[in-house]
Amino acid sequence: MPEHEAGGSLGTPTHEVRDFLRRRREQIAQRWADEPLFRTVFTVSRDEAVEAGKAVVDALAQVADAQRVEDPDAAGFSAVREQLARMGAARSRAGLSATQVASELAALRPPVENLLVADLDQASPEGLRECSTTLTVLMGTLRLVAMQTALSEVQALTDRQRLQLLEVATPVIKLWDGIVAVPLIGTLDSARSQVVMETLLNAVVEQHARFAILDITGVPTVDSLVAQHLMKTVAAARLMGAECVVSGIRPAIAQTIVHLGLDLGTVKTRASLADALGYCLHELGTNIVHTAPDGAGRR
Amino acid sequence: MPTAAGVEARLPIRSDMDLVWVRQHVRQAAAQLGFGLVDQTKLVTAASELARNTLVHGGGGLMEASHVTTGGADGLRLAFSDSGPGIPDLDRALSDGYTSGGGLGMGLGGARRLVHDFEVESVPGSGTTVRVTSWVTRPPRQREDV
Amino acid sequence: MSEGFARPVAGHVPVLRLGDVLLVTLQGDLYDSTAHQLQQDLSETIARNGVTGVVIDISGVEIVDSFLGRVLAETAAQTELLAARTVVAGMRPAVAITLVELGLTLPGLRTALTTEAAMELLAQPIVTSRSGGMREESP
Repeated sequence: MPEHEAGGSLGTPTHEVRDFLRRRREQIAQRWADEPLFRTVFTVSRDEAVEAGKAVVDALAQVADAQRVEDPDAAGFSAVREQLARMGAARSRAGLSATQVASELAALRPPVENLLVADLDQASPEGLRECSTTLTVLMGTLRLVAMQTALSEVQALTDRQRLQLLEVATPVIKLWDGIVAVPLIGTLDSARSQVVMETLLNAVVEQHARFAILDITGVPTVDSLVAQHLMKTVAAARLMGAECVVSGIRPAIAQTIVHLGLDLGTVKTRASLADALGYCLHELGTNIVHTAPDGAGRR
Repeated sequence: MPTAAGVEARLPIRSDMDLVWVRQHVRQAAAQLGFGLVDQTKLVTAASELARNTLVHGGGGLMEASHVTTGGADGLRLAFSDSGPGIPDLDRALSDGYTSGGGLGMGLGGARRLVHDFEVESVPGSGTTVRVTSWVTRPPRQREDV
Repeated sequence: MSEGFARPVAGHVPVLRLGDVLLVTLQGDLYDSTAHQLQQDLSETIARNGVTGVVIDISGVEIVDSFLGRVLAETAAQTELLAARTVVAGMRPAVAITLVELGLTLPGLRTALTTEAAMELLAQPIVTSRSGGMREESP
């Protein structure tokens, strides 16, 4: 295909693009530094943005050199993977959706393309088109790499959160025949309160528990929402024929409850888990007799 | 049998026997879509309340069930429609304790608390449609009412 | 998935008599008319036979909506007038959660975990001071 040689002694379009990227490294990075993706992420100085841009251009050149413009797993990308992830994460934190980030990534292509067109003004239309296509493919792959990285970041976050959720799973403890307890630790949000309620009520059925104790010693704050959930749990337990006692109301929480004007209404409360257990045992007809340390008080 | 297996259905609501079919269909559809036991129960109860409204206030009508999806989450949408007298004062009908058909006044407002999304369209004189949707994996709750 | 979701029960619900106590077992999905019928049957039986207690076992019931909730509450109030006590036994957790979410906490209703527990509850002397009643909190 002789017409391909018209533009001069060119190699493959891929190598042409590689050479162009190396030649125009500085200009491309300068132009990118003005694009939202770089401008808003590297806010300390423009030079910082330019340096980051150069790193990306180098990576692209390396990928082109390896003839792997279509391969998101090309070795050349590994150097900038972390940087791309940081940029994507920064944009997400700024409130952009994945689609918006993707379109910001897409906006990096036109400036490069314009430079390429200007650079290859001597080339044949065919040659130019081939180089331009190669560049488009390469930029598309870059976008893919950036999105992949951003998504795996989200995945990692989800996994971490799932682990945290498991850690705060709700254990139901059988304290006595007919008495179960759930010690609640950490913040009670809507979803978790739902889990707590279901777990406790299922335990009531399985253990034939006439009494269920919800111990909130480990709950940092009680707001009206939490109070509402406690009351719902108590009401549901009552419908099933069990009585629910809330224990572990620390002085600070008692104060908050009064302060907020929350009405715990029919909810039976006790200061400590021990008091609650004592109450339940008494109601079950079991009496606990205190024994003095030296045994003298024994009856 | 009016409740064929599957999620999509159009069931008539003309008698208290139809209420049973509505409940059975919703239970079966919710189970099929992967709703947990408590969420199934909430949906079936909401459907029962709304179907009874359709029957008692709307003079009968129709329930349409459909499978909806959003962002990878499956949902069950139920639409109850009648061509009855409509609801003259929606706000009041949605508030607890309001009743005009001899119940404990939990119908509309209560059903609303059992589902994720709730919509009423009512034209006085020409009918009422109530659309409710619940999601298998809940989207973050936008409901601020408690 | 819905093993206990038996065919709808039409007509009459069987009422079993155990000494002074009537045992009613609800199962599956009830027609409204069946629930109404039960309410009537119960009052008549109590009035005729001098029963002192009624146990309604709903462990086989998968949903209680405001209608059935009202029937249960009314039945309890009605039997009370006839000098008998009603205990609703065996409500499933999912049903209880749903009722509470619906806004129906049925404060006056006596409840028990199982029919046995309900029988025990009825065997206890009537507590007049409400504060002493174990599961009889006033609203």
